[in-house]
Amino acid sequence: MQNLQDGLIVVAKRDCPTCVLIEPVLAALTGGGEALNVYSQDDPGFPGSIDSVIDDRQLEASYHLDIETVPTMLRLKDGQEVGRVVGWERQEWREFTGMAELGEGLPEFRPGCGSLSVGPGMAERLAVRFGDLNLTSRRVEIGAMEDEVEALYERGWSDGLPLVPPTEERVVRMLAGTTREADAVVGIVPPDLAECTVEKVAINAVMAGCKPEYMPVVIAAVEAALMEEFCMHGLLCTTMFSGPVVIVNGPVRNAIGMNSGMNALGQGNRANATIGRALQLVIRNVGGGRPGQIDRSALGNPGKYTFCFAEDEEGSCWESLAVERGFDVDTSTVTLFAGDGMQGVVDQKSREPESLARSFAECLRVVDHPKLAMAGDAVLVVSPEHERVFRDAGWSKARLKDELHTLLQLSGVDMVAGERGIAEGLPEKFRGATVPKFRPDGLHIVRAGGPAGMFSSIIAGWAASGEKGSIAVTKEVGT
Amino acid sequence: MSENRIFLDPTSERVPDQRQRQPRPGSLAGKTVGVLDISKARGNVFLDRLDTLLAGEGITVKRYMKPTFARPAPTELLQQIASECDVVVEGLAD
Repeated sequence: MQNLQDGLIVVAKRDCPTCVLIEPVLAALTGGGEALNVYSQDDPGFPGSIDSVIDDRQLEASYHLDIETVPTMLRLKDGQEVGRVVGWERQEWREFTGMAELGEGLPEFRPGCGSLSVGPGMAERLAVRFGDLNLTSRRVEIGAMEDEVEALYERGWSDGLPLVPPTEERVVRMLAGTTREADAVVGIVPPDLAECTVEKVAINAVMAGCKPEYMPVVIAAVEAALMEEFCMHGLLCTTMFSGPVVIVNGPVRNAIGMNSGMNALGQGNRANATIGRALQLVIRNVGGGRPGQIDRSALGNPGKYTFCFAEDEEGSCWESLAVERGFDVDTSTVTLFAGDGMQGVVDQKSREPESLARSFAECLRVVDHPKLAMAGDAVLVVSPEHERVFRDAGWSKARLKDELHTLLQLSGVDMVAGERGIAEGLPEKFRGATVPKFRPDGLHIVRAGGPAGMFSSIIAGWAASGEKGSIAVTKEVGT
Repeated sequence: MSENRIFLDPTSERVPDQRQRQPRPGSLAGKTVGVLDISKARGNVFLDRLDTLLAGEGITVKRYMKPTFARPAPTELLQQIASECDVVVEGLAD
């Protein structure tokens, strides 16, 4: 930028009544002992009483001087700021300049006006134009005749839905949502095993439609997906249905307005929709995981666009998923589960917990296939009206889990391959055995949903759950 | 807005390496053939048959197995195969 000269600097604009009010003060300062430079944000002809007003309509000086209010007066010595006064307070200006008569006849105090450099959206625009940005991603220039949204499709960056164009301004704004440095490495993303920086997460979060305040959750979700035990590589490559399901716990849910209530697993909430989508876009664009290429899913599932929701902790009589997994109730977390789509559990008649638990067990039994066991994990999403049945009976979540575990001890004789006229099934060695449907710790219970409807939901897990494939992981949301 | 016409690349910006395939051997005579089972169901059915056919022609066969199909092969296993075999057959099955 242009060199700022030592001495007094005043930044003002004609549109500010306080700046107009103090025009005689500025004229008086030009006759003082110190050099004075006046920068005008909106009209280089203002103040008319000053001969050489410096035109700052580009707001470069205002940006570099970090001006929030006009008028602002500051003093530079050896290129360094040594003091500033903001707005008009007569005594302060007199002391600052050492001119005892300054502003005689003017009111003692008038507040200043907002600097044009901090108007809505302006901070990011100026940061892009004048700032010392450390954004290292390749700049992709779009032709003058190209449609922006079509251009993003053509470059292969989209999941099939339109993307928000990742301009420098938007990415700068997104990065303001996290304290992490843009060049900090979040992890290595499969299948290309490419390094993923916070900047790349931010670009994909912009495209997904995230707000900057979602960034810590998106980063945590990416970190969780890249944990070894989550096995994102295998999850992406599988011919099965699964993709990452993001379950959010803790204060951040409400802070960013996530939906844990009515239609929690459905559409309509920006945070739910875009956080899950941002994670998928990181896998697609940074990791190179694309359907039909490394992603070999036979059918996929709609959740591979986005599958993210919050737990209704306030409405639940049970400890949250995160608390069960060892986190404090005041800690925000994301839990990632390798999940297929969802299947409903309709039970409008059970009023006793034993009955409803049996309903859950019958429905859980079909995860993967009724004759398979210890393959896919599952998340059972219990709605308020179903939870009420357990609440009224005083059943803890642990009690319900124990009951389900008991009910899901299955007789091997019915499950071995070929039995019941179905070739699929467990190996013959299980014929005489009692077989648990889920591996230990393979069934998770969360509470979400709207107030009406005796319906819960089962999110079946990847059939390669556990040590051989994916284990659910929880990561604390940072800043 | 002119700056809206510049986008930041969301990808890893990697350019894939183009590598020559290893030259194919004209014959398996005197070679050691690795047979890698990735632990997919029934992959062994195909690989057992292949093993039998190769051994029947007097070719040395060595068998390997990935711990799980859901994860990439451990580096040690890849190094072992590379050091012990001339060619490898990897069986994917379902």
